Amino acid sequence: MNWSNTLPLLILASSLLPGIIIFFLQEKSTQLRTFLNLLGACIKIVLVIALILGVYQGYVFETRWQLVPNIDLVLHADALSVLFVSLSSILWLLTTIYAIGYLENSPNRSRFFGFFSLCVSATIGIALAGNLITFLIFYELLTLTTYPLVVHRGTKQCQKAGRIYLMYTLGGGALLLVGVVWLKAIAGPLDFTATGILSTMEHLDATTLQWIFLLLMVGFGVKAAIFPLHGWLPKAMVAPAPVSSLLHAVAVVKAGAFGIVRVVYDVYGVEFANQLGLLYPLALIAAFTIIYGSVRALFQDGLKPRLAYSTISQVSYIALGTAIAGPIATIGGIVHLVHQGLMKITLFFCAGNFAETLKLHRISELDGVGKRMPATMLAFSIAALGMIGIPPIAGFISKWYLGIGAAEANQFWVLWILAGSSALNAMYFLPILYRGWFKSPTAAWQDAIPAERFETHWMLLFPPLITAAFSIGFGVLANAEFSPLEWSRLIATREYVQ
Amino acid sequence: MTLGLIGICVFAPLLAAIASFTYRKNAYFLVLITSLLVVTAITFLTFLLHRDGSFIVALGGWVAPLGIQWRVDGFASLMLLITSIIAIAITLYAKDYFHREEQRQSFWPLWMILLAGLNALFLSNDLFNWYVTLELIGISAVALVTLANSSRADRAAFRYLLVSLLGSLCFLAGVALLYRAYGVLDIFLLEKVVTQNLNTTISLSLILAGLLLKSAIFPLHFWLAPAHSNAPAPVSALLSALVVKGSFYIILRIWFAISPEISSNLVAIGLSTIGIFAIFWGSLCALRTQRLKLLVAYSTVAQLGYFMLFFLLSMHAEIRQVAFGGVVYFIISHALAKSALFLGAGNIQKLAGHDKINQLQPFATQLPMTMFAFALAGASIMGLPPSGGFIAKWTVLNAALVSDQWYLVIVLIGGGLLSAAYIFRILKLAFHSQSSLDFYKTNSVISPTMQWVPLVLAMAAIALGFNAIPTLSLLEISSPFDYLHTNGESS
Repeated sequence: MNWSNTLPLLILASSLLPGIIIFFLQEKSTQLRTFLNLLGACIKIVLVIALILGVYQGYVFETRWQLVPNIDLVLHADALSVLFVSLSSILWLLTTIYAIGYLENSPNRSRFFGFFSLCVSATIGIALAGNLITFLIFYELLTLTTYPLVVHRGTKQCQKAGRIYLMYTLGGGALLLVGVVWLKAIAGPLDFTATGILSTMEHLDATTLQWIFLLLMVGFGVKAAIFPLHGWLPKAMVAPAPVSSLLHAVAVVKAGAFGIVRVVYDVYGVEFANQLGLLYPLALIAAFTIIYGSVRALFQDGLKPRLAYSTISQVSYIALGTAIAGPIATIGGIVHLVHQGLMKITLFFCAGNFAETLKLHRISELDGVGKRMPATMLAFSIAALGMIGIPPIAGFISKWYLGIGAAEANQFWVLWILAGSSALNAMYFLPILYRGWFKSPTAAWQDAIPAERFETHWMLLFPPLITAAFSIGFGVLANAEFSPLEWSRLIATREYVQ
Repeated sequence: MTLGLIGICVFAPLLAAIASFTYRKNAYFLVLITSLLVVTAITFLTFLLHRDGSFIVALGGWVAPLGIQWRVDGFASLMLLITSIIAIAITLYAKDYFHREEQRQSFWPLWMILLAGLNALFLSNDLFNWYVTLELIGISAVALVTLANSSRADRAAFRYLLVSLLGSLCFLAGVALLYRAYGVLDIFLLEKVVTQNLNTTISLSLILAGLLLKSAIFPLHFWLAPAHSNAPAPVSALLSALVVKGSFYIILRIWFAISPEISSNLVAIGLSTIGIFAIFWGSLCALRTQRLKLLVAYSTVAQLGYFMLFFLLSMHAEIRQVAFGGVVYFIISHALAKSALFLGAGNIQKLAGHDKINQLQPFATQLPMTMFAFALAGASIMGLPPSGGFIAKWTVLNAALVSDQWYLVIVLIGGGLLSAAYIFRILKLAFHSQSSLDFYKTNSVISPTMQWVPLVLAMAAIALGFNAIPTLSLLEISSPFDYLHTNGESS
């Protein structure tokens, strides 16, 4: 028993095992299921804290398993994976609590929570993957385990959304597979290393590497919902609220964004990728997606669809930060991985609360909702303002670093994109806040007295409040030790060779 | 010692077949014990193989060309292992599946004859022996199909009988021509004396045609779908998982031995081309069909196409061994996954009384374990990680990329996506708004064994994804390519 090679495996197992056991539980054994879920989530957090401390002190954590000759399954914890692992495990705990409250008394909960845990395990696997092959395996596993969550309700609409989801993700996965095998065929099995490895291999043909990069980016771009590969995401909104929250904040879209980050930094190396002329097109597409998503969001009346398009826009900040190819923009991009996750999950939790408590699905119905559900509305407002980039909320930090990074890299056009996107964010978020806080209620629910002690079930109320508090905390305390920003700085200093 | 073990593999099932005729009441236990005995013997053989390398056993002490020689190498032992594992699963499943006494009474002996035939086929090493085993397998398989007791099954079985006889006849004619020319049947002896001339070409073409027909390789697959889909579920599983692999095994063996001497690249290209057609045609049929078991059967047609890609890859000496590993991985993971799918389909069909896909929803949701088996086995068929099918796809894809054969990449990816499309036609049955899934929902029609067996088989297909190293190393024990090297050949 050696911590340095079992810890990554244990972190993976802490959600995988409960997930598998839960499948075998009877539908009515709610308490045992809840206990297992929360136990797994708590164990994971404890293990992740141990991991953070270890990685910070420079320990190497690695689990290796030979899959085929020359190919290893590697779970490896470096600074970047730690960032993603901690985000996933914290949000898993909160989303689990939320989901327990949300799905109370609905059918098929064993199946739901089983796949939910498997989905988190796949995400953790992606975070800890030590090479592209391992990444690919968990990436495909994520596709398979999220499909049952998307179609969970089983209606015609869900089935259709599920089919579209599969068409996009399996197609993307197939291209990714070709890219990974091709790269392996010409360059051997590549473990992720800071500053990349391909630059040292001079025998490789530049055109081939560009093609492989394209294949990989399309594969990841599907999940990261980069234009024009984003079509599945608004459709997948039919899933229950906890699923949308998790999908948008950590699991699916982030897996894609994380893949882009991994390939650019740890396979190609950011400077080498720039030399190959790969990053400028990526930056352009990311910038276009940012504006496109925001514009589409502007015209949605449904709250969840608006948030969905907002995700498309926001996730591309990560790709953009990566593609600017400067250390400060790198910090902005990576830190946004965490910040966007926190804010977006808050928004989705709140949207779920409005829908679950008051049956409000459209923005035009939200008039005066702040009087009935002030706490939820407060959390929503914090996250929305963060998304716009108002200091001192976390979103501001990301945009600030992205802007400075772009200026430093002499890419001033990015500033226009950031400004335009912020303006658009304000245009689609502020009307919601205005309706919620300042308009007087018109709907029938205004007289109904809350049945519970809080404005809604406590399990639905606390998760968004906690994540909203995190969003402020990470903004205010951005310079504290172990804050996402500090951690991103640590990563960025390791990624550039200077 | 080895002779005894090999003897158990072949003669224990034959004895059990006879005994299950006489002791009808205990037939199930006889068959179960025989299956366990066979699996033990094969495990032991594999162990010996691992320790000592491959061995050749002469039956009755008569060596070739006069006597019959049996041979165990890595490839043979892997096929035997998979066969024996599936044999146990089928035996357990069939006991609960056949509810009428007379079905059971005919099933057990026929099944044991089939098992003996399969084991003998994998152990054999000469052309005439293979002919005998092919006939043994063919006749028992046809009889097994008729156990379904429906007119559709009878018609399919009759067609299957004609096809099987025609295939055997072609094979036998080819063998006779070869024997006349060279006077040997043992494949190693033949390898040494065979030369390229018209007679060899004709006889090998006949042999190949017969075997392709029996393996249901496109465009000779027409008989497979009706036979496999109308047979009783355990029989369908046997046919798809093992029987078609038997004749394909012979093709591979003959190819290894004789191809360097006489075959040209053109043959390899031709074989792989029909494989590519098989992949797409089978998948498209599976996408279109309205019946569950037909879907699974067409999936077999498509998967058989992947095996054929090997011939093209084997033309490149540097990736031969890798490609061989990939194709064998395709064969064994398909065997496990496909038997799981057919047994699962059997459960659903038994519960619903039919297998029309668009009306199965309410029944599928009553069998969560079966749907789970479908999901796991389906992942392997689609080639998604982590599963045996993924390792297979990965290996072949790698071989194709290293040798710059881009169209194969397109075939593999396109075929994989098509298989995902038809597998999800089944999987989506599990998600329905009006029903709830409880893992322990009791079911009077489908016994727990019948639910567990497909699940365990599917889990085995997934587990293969983590066991590639020992499996592939087993395959390298006196790999068929070593012989090519010793002969100083490189096609």
